[in-house]
Amino acid sequence: METEAVKALAAAIAIGLGAMMPGLGIGILAGKAMEAIGRNPEAAPKIQTAMILAIAFTEAIAIYALVIALIIKFT
Amino acid sequence: MNISFLPENLIRIQGWPITNTLIMAWFAMTFLIVFSGFVTRRLREVPGKVQCLVEMFIEEMVSFMTTVTGDKEKTKRFFPLVATFFLFILISNWIGILPGVGSVGIKHQETIIPLMRSMNSDLNMTLALGIISVIAVQIFGITTVGFFKHASHFISFKSPINFFIGVLEIISEMAKVISFSFRLFGNIFAGEVLLASMFFLVPLFIPLPFLFLEIFVGFIQALVFSMLTLVFLTVATSKNH
Repeated sequence: METEAVKALAAAIAIGLGAMMPGLGIGILAGKAMEAIGRNPEAAPKIQTAMILAIAFTEAIAIYALVIALIIKFT
Repeated sequence: MNISFLPENLIRIQGWPITNTLIMAWFAMTFLIVFSGFVTRRLREVPGKVQCLVEMFIEEMVSFMTTVTGDKEKTKRFFPLVATFFLFILISNWIGILPGVGSVGIKHQETIIPLMRSMNSDLNMTLALGIISVIAVQIFGITTVGFFKHASHFISFKSPINFFIGVLEIISEMAKVISFSFRLFGNIFAGEVLLASMFFLVPLFIPLPFLFLEIFVGFIQALVFSMLTLVFLTVATSKNH
């Protein structure tokens, strides 16, 4: 197969597979945060802050995969 | 559509390359310096509108930081660094969405080199910010708890397990630099690519939700960068690790 085709395929697979687990992780995080806020609405700001921090960490993993995909596609 | 991973050199001054992201960094710096000079020129006891806004922002930032550090004295020490990170990254992310950034450029061998490009879409910039953040954490740790106590987190001979944990901590510091830089770079660069694609496909109305997304992402990334720096600072300067 020619290089351009394999490059496109590699970039697609990189981001496709790399975004699956962080998506699941963020879903679990947000679900637990919703549960916690539901049980204790007064602590909502604290829970929200910790949730945003944790979501940023997990999203970073997906961003790593995206960066690799962009490197493959554009160089 | 011109998407290039590396920032484009515009001119060279005495051998130093001036990239389009550097020009945007200068714009963000100039805006912040001029704005703060303008606001603090005549501080009044009963504040006018602009001074009121700035005071609101500072109050909000201090109360938010105090919930993380738990101590007002620590907040005062860390406020300059953390608030500067926040404002600098926020302003540069937001002016990277303005019309003309990334589209107006010089024609060069069948492609157009944009004159301005979002500052954090340059891995050099985000790597520099990440290195500054990690080194600042080390410096604050050393000046607060002393050199030997701070170094004992990384090199300790109390037991084999502690030694191993120390080695892992050193590797974790390197990972923090990589993580900081790639998180910010990936978000902003991917946002630029997304906006370029959307404007290329359907120039009217469809890019609106993506512009809102970029505004939101710019704010969240500035918040996350400064909040993570604050968390690491708090951990490094706590008396009992």
